[in-house]
Amino acid sequence: MLHIKCPYCGMRSQNEFSYGGDASVKRPELNKEISDEEWDNFVYNRKSLRGKHLELWQHLSGCRQWIKVERDTTTHEIFNTYKADEEIS
Amino acid sequence: MNQKFRLENGGLINRDKKLSFKFNGKTYYGYEGDTLASALIANGVHLVGRSFKYHRPRGFFGAGVDEPYAIVQLYRNNETEPNIKATEQELFEGLEAKSVNCWPSVNFDIGAINNFLKIFLPAGFYYKTFMWPKSFWYRVYEPFIRKAAGLGVASTKHDKERYEHKYEYCDLLIAGSGPSGLASAYAAAKNGARVILAEDKPRFGGSLLTSDVNIGNQSGEDWAKSIISELKEMPNVVVKNRSQVFGYYDHNMLVMSEKVSDHLPKTKKHHPKQRLWYIRAKEVLISSGSIERPIVFGNNDTPGVMLSSAAKEYLKVYGVLVGKNPLVFTNNDSGYETAIEFKKNGINPIILDSRVNPQSEIIDEAINLGIKINFSYVVVAAHGYKKVSSADIAKISDDKKQLGTIENIKCDCICVSGFWTPTIHLASQSGNKTKFKEEIDAFVPGTSKQNETTLGAANGIFTLEETLKDSFIAGQDLSKKITNKDNKISFPNVVEKKSSQHDKFWCVPLPKGKSYKRFLDFQNDVAVSDIEIALKEGYRSIEHVKRYTTLGMATDQGKTSNLNGLQLVSDIENKVVPAVGHTTFRPPYTPISIGAIVGREVGKHSKPTRKSPMHSWHEKNNAVFVDAGVWLRPRYYKQGNETLFEASKREAKNVRTNVGVCDVTTLGKIDIKGPDAAELLNRVYTNAWLKLPVGKARYGVMLREDGIVMDDGTTTRISENHYHMTTTTAQAANVLSHLEYYLQLVWPELNVNVVSTTEQWAGAAIAGPKSRKLLEKLFPKNDVSNEGLPFMGYMESDLFGVKARIFRISFSGELAYEVNVESNNGQFMWEKIIELGQEFQVQPYGTEALSTLRIEMGHVAGSELDGRTISYDTSLEGLISKKKDFIGKRSLNREAFTSSDRQKIVGVIPLDKKTSIPEGSHLVKDAQAPLPNKKLGHISASCWSVEHDNPFSLAILKDGKNMIGEKLFVMSPLKNKVIPVEIVSSHYVDPKGERVRS
Ligand SMILES: [Zn+2]
Repeated sequence: MLHIKCPYCGMRSQNEFSYGGDASVKRPELNKEISDEEWDNFVYNRKSLRGKHLELWQHLSGCRQWIKVERDTTTHEIFNTYKADEEIS
Repeated sequence: MNQKFRLENGGLINRDKKLSFKFNGKTYYGYEGDTLASALIANGVHLVGRSFKYHRPRGFFGAGVDEPYAIVQLYRNNETEPNIKATEQELFEGLEAKSVNCWPSVNFDIGAINNFLKIFLPAGFYYKTFMWPKSFWYRVYEPFIRKAAGLGVASTKHDKERYEHKYEYCDLLIAGSGPSGLASAYAAAKNGARVILAEDKPRFGGSLLTSDVNIGNQSGEDWAKSIISELKEMPNVVVKNRSQVFGYYDHNMLVMSEKVSDHLPKTKKHHPKQRLWYIRAKEVLISSGSIERPIVFGNNDTPGVMLSSAAKEYLKVYGVLVGKNPLVFTNNDSGYETAIEFKKNGINPIILDSRVNPQSEIIDEAINLGIKINFSYVVVAAHGYKKVSSADIAKISDDKKQLGTIENIKCDCICVSGFWTPTIHLASQSGNKTKFKEEIDAFVPGTSKQNETTLGAANGIFTLEETLKDSFIAGQDLSKKITNKDNKISFPNVVEKKSSQHDKFWCVPLPKGKSYKRFLDFQNDVAVSDIEIALKEGYRSIEHVKRYTTLGMATDQGKTSNLNGLQLVSDIENKVVPAVGHTTFRPPYTPISIGAIVGREVGKHSKPTRKSPMHSWHEKNNAVFVDAGVWLRPRYYKQGNETLFEASKREAKNVRTNVGVCDVTTLGKIDIKGPDAAELLNRVYTNAWLKLPVGKARYGVMLREDGIVMDDGTTTRISENHYHMTTTTAQAANVLSHLEYYLQLVWPELNVNVVSTTEQWAGAAIAGPKSRKLLEKLFPKNDVSNEGLPFMGYMESDLFGVKARIFRISFSGELAYEVNVESNNGQFMWEKIIELGQEFQVQPYGTEALSTLRIEMGHVAGSELDGRTISYDTSLEGLISKKKDFIGKRSLNREAFTSSDRQKIVGVIPLDKKTSIPEGSHLVKDAQAPLPNKKLGHISASCWSVEHDNPFSLAILKDGKNMIGEKLFVMSPLKNKVIPVEIVSSHYVDPKGERVRS
């Protein structure tokens, strides 16, 4: 079970969180003309990365904030966690 | 005194407390502090089971967790449990156990015929033999294998015992209370660290209980005792015996199983049987020790052949002799310790040492005691069926390839020591890259991945002095990092005997003309010849060899067999062991009961139960409840001998003719506030929301980004910047997360807050033609006329002094209202509705009637919004705004979503107007068509229409728009039904929607 540092609440067990997938995906702006390909890339297409991955988690049974977690998908090492609006260095 | 193998004195057992127990129906006696194994051995019982494949007789091989043979079926307090190691099960008064793997009995076993057929049972036997003919698998092979194989019988009864889970954090978790565990725990505890020290056995001390050493002028055993009693007094230390740390998971999470009550005849009141600890440790010290390795020779599975360390433990801990005429076969000094223990207790052992001319203190001691020692000697084969009676022994050449003349000598046990294998399971589970250590012919932990340090024998350190030194330092250094304290501990003086080098020898060659089985894996019956076959057949990877031969795959997970298996593969392949590599260690280290894993989350406790504030009223009024997610909702209110069908019909009918009241508290409710609330709704729902006036409700449908309908519900504008959203019961939590996702991540510029208020409001739907009359009674001060409170209107009021919200919305299709009051007043509201509704024949209605009403009205619910349908499919496309963008809109122009024959919701009526249609049935054009018959759609919901008094269903049907009036067939192979039906509009009642507006 992972141990995730919520930027608001501190170190918490994985079972308080829910997984939200790739954090680098950006939703296309509303009312913007985009191609089918761009839309499909947003809705469906994801890379299954091996290694460092920036992903979303929601602290569901805690502060309910969506946070960003930088995690290694093979070793499960968590390098850093960020608030949703935090600049990522 | 029946225990004829019990010594007069000695051991750590309590001789004042005699216990009786039964094994295979026969009564025996032992003492408090015995294991089932030690008590049986004390009574001279060595035949305890049959082996897995050949059904060869099985005795005891070890004295603890490494035991591959002595697995029994345990009976305790009218419960039974399989796969119990007799070497771990503590004796209690009245214990009963039976052998497994034997049928009809341990002494006469039909499966033993396999032993004579063993030529037909080589490696991969199951894969090869049972492939053909295919039909034999079900009728012949499987039943036979099921009867013959297995390690006991799981109980089919409900387990009455309680199992608990506990979550714990600590600075240092120390697994194992041998010298390294005690020393490191002590040093860390003195530095103020929060320490958990876990020991899987009942007694603390590990090897100190059986070795002849001296620490700080005390015997090892006394030193262990004094350290433990000091640790127990310290507030920052938790000391746990009978507790096995069996799994090392990510981020330093370890799981430990504590056997709280297994050693007692019966679990004490309010105690659990077992407790599973989830421990998050800052640092983990693995002091799990080592397990003695066998030496492989002919018939080395005969009862009475056992590890020399086990024989010593039976002597020193339990005061039990494993034999009175022992042979000790060793390649290192450890065998001597066992021999010396025998000698001290008046037994004359013979030592066979494979080494040419070893010299050490302990060998000198054995010689001085007059023990007979043969150097360069080996056991070639054991003889005896149910217990060893003699051994073929021979001199072996210095290169270990040639055997000299074979002699047969009498003996009643053979104690084997092939040196030691560090227990690296936890380190390996944590991701440690283990490495092979030449000097000890075994793997030891290498580079740590997590915060784990392995100490002492588990780390391949076999001298006490070095072990203690390393462990004191590790405990001190690791705790210092955490507590910033630096309490120096004076290092005790250690006296131990120096050992000489072991012999790199592990397998005795077969003598000419003999084909003795030489076993590697004792639990799964894997012999040297099986591995040879696997390699001949082309298996190379050790992981494949393991699976093909089942080496190391039994419940003991190869604790005694893995390394010898690797040695064999590397010998045949002419590789070194590290090049072959070991198979992956995975948790659990030892079998864990399913009960412990599940904990208390069983039956009713497997999920929380949510009840509405009106629950007790429903109970008192004969409600029959149904699970709606985690909610309990009244399904119907039973009157007299009514069936579900009769009651729901009556309730639904009463709504259509008079007035009904339904508890709708479970609907999800979300409070939405902020200047951008309307904008959020406009982006979330498919229809327009910017112009909804204050005091009005609107129905909305929300999509996922892929265009599929996510949920529906009404949202009401309470005030300028305040909305009240309702969701379906099932999607309440997901919708909240969905809104939070968009507000926090996608559109953080929107100034809106959302919060769940599901539990803050109790809700009652009042539906039926007389509902307005009832409302007038409930809210006499308000104008609830069609003009005062029109359809989709909203009003705040008070219900006899209680704050109330009134929404004019309808799910039933009738004139209807929903009244919300704060949860605490829910019961009050409900009772008022029932009381004042009497004159209008009000009746409560449950979910079954609710379904009937919505189905015949063609209103969609979860069974249509099933995660596969879009707005068009459920005839909600009229709510799609063309003018604005919203979540999921871009997906709607996908090809499949716009195809002209797209599925759509329709109504279905049986032609005979009698036969009810099972939900989930398929719709087909031709009932006689050959299989697979083309499916055109499926029945999503069925009811008995109270309006038309015949069955009516909703279906999602391909090209549904153009199918109205068609005749099709409903097929339900499950119910074995074929029903001719007609397709009609999904709006079966009041298609113009006049009633809700009346
Ligand atoms: Zn949080």
